[in-house]
Amino acid sequence: MHNAGYRDYSLTEPNAKASFCNAEWYASPVPRKRLKELMKRSDLQALTNYALWLALVVATGALLVTVWGTAWAWPMALIYGVFYGSGADSRWHETGHGTPFKTRWLNDAFYHLASFMSLRNPHLWRWSHARHHSETIIVGRDPEIAFPRPPSVRDWVLNLLYIPAITKELGKMVRISIGNLTDAEKNFLPESEWPKTFAASRAQLMVLALVGLAAIALQSWLPLVLIGLPTFYGSWLHHVLATTQHAGLAEDVPDHRLNSRTVCLNPIFRFIYSNMNYHVEHHMYSMVPFYNLPALHEAIKADCPPAYRSLWACYREMVPAVLRQQSDPNYYIRRQLPAGAGTTPTYERPVIAAE
Amino acid sequence: MPNWIRACGANDVEAEDLVRFDHGDRTFAVYRSPDDEYFCTDGLCTHEQAHLADGLVMDYEIECPKHNATFDYRTGEAKRAPACISLATYPVKIEAGSVWIEI
Repeated sequence: MHNAGYRDYSLTEPNAKASFCNAEWYASPVPRKRLKELMKRSDLQALTNYALWLALVVATGALLVTVWGTAWAWPMALIYGVFYGSGADSRWHETGHGTPFKTRWLNDAFYHLASFMSLRNPHLWRWSHARHHSETIIVGRDPEIAFPRPPSVRDWVLNLLYIPAITKELGKMVRISIGNLTDAEKNFLPESEWPKTFAASRAQLMVLALVGLAAIALQSWLPLVLIGLPTFYGSWLHHVLATTQHAGLAEDVPDHRLNSRTVCLNPIFRFIYSNMNYHVEHHMYSMVPFYNLPALHEAIKADCPPAYRSLWACYREMVPAVLRQQSDPNYYIRRQLPAGAGTTPTYERPVIAAE
Repeated sequence: MPNWIRACGANDVEAEDLVRFDHGDRTFAVYRSPDDEYFCTDGLCTHEQAHLADGLVMDYEIECPKHNATFDYRTGEAKRAPACISLATYPVKIEAGSVWIEI
């Protein structure tokens, strides 16, 4: 049973006034010298990963073209789609932080490419994600709470094909291309960013239109199966992995150890997901590039709840919690800090006076 | 009337790094560039007031630890979103092994 109105997740008034970005957030102690080493960017390490990813996208795409029209096209599309859709989503995120490459234009080039491949407006999402990091899972402030309570299991299942999320993104792309922003978007996107936000949506729409025209001219679905549609049929793996980031955990707590998860994954998933399974570490020290997150994990793990040993272990706890939240929205998973761990800062939601 | 304040020892800052310096109710960031020049800016990011001293110096830029906004610490210029407003900068001099800033 849905208990509508349990909490107000909207970013508009009165929440728009209640910024908690200056609240003290907990950070596990890491000596400055070690942190500087971990924050260092390496074009070589980033390029090795990104070039391999692009090579896999191109190679599996070429194989898909080769087997198009045969029964092999289906499994090939599935593999291609995962590298395209799921691989792009995690790389959109990483380059949005600007952390993988030392050279800025490389970050920016991959950011715009991956933003298009995941059908996200690069400017709007940069600012939305900045807010997510300032006020992680703070109700009415974080625009990226994927499981507002009571959660919609229907939306979660449909999002395995990215249907609600990407349908929303496509609608957003059209709306923004004609210069229309919602009040919630205006709440985190400064006016100086609006012109390039509109221009980016127009450019993305134009590319999609060209792909559509190519499909019509060739009388074939192939161009759309290669560009555009993989975001729908290939992002499911990203969605399965990204659900573990915060679902079922505490809201309104200034401690990423309690509102985020670190999950052990196999190397293939970690490659596709750009090590975002180290999500506590990523939120606590977002300057650390993805390839140094395992080392950061080692540096702070004694101060954090134990990492989940597998995706299965995480889902076994998370799914029942999310199901229970449908009828009991006050329920959440209380992560246990180890003995001797640092203390969570106290935090109270500001009372917003009525005008 | 210039008001020069001692911020730190010159060797308290490593090359290509910064330190935080608090004075009264204000906070500053003192930088040492890769070629051993010293600079000073306001200590808080203009985006959401995070302490820049927890960030990363790369060449002549400081990156905010919270959202990766970057500034040229020589001029204060905001170089990367989400920062849109530049940092205030302050004159610096080195005397008797100390870094002095004029505020």
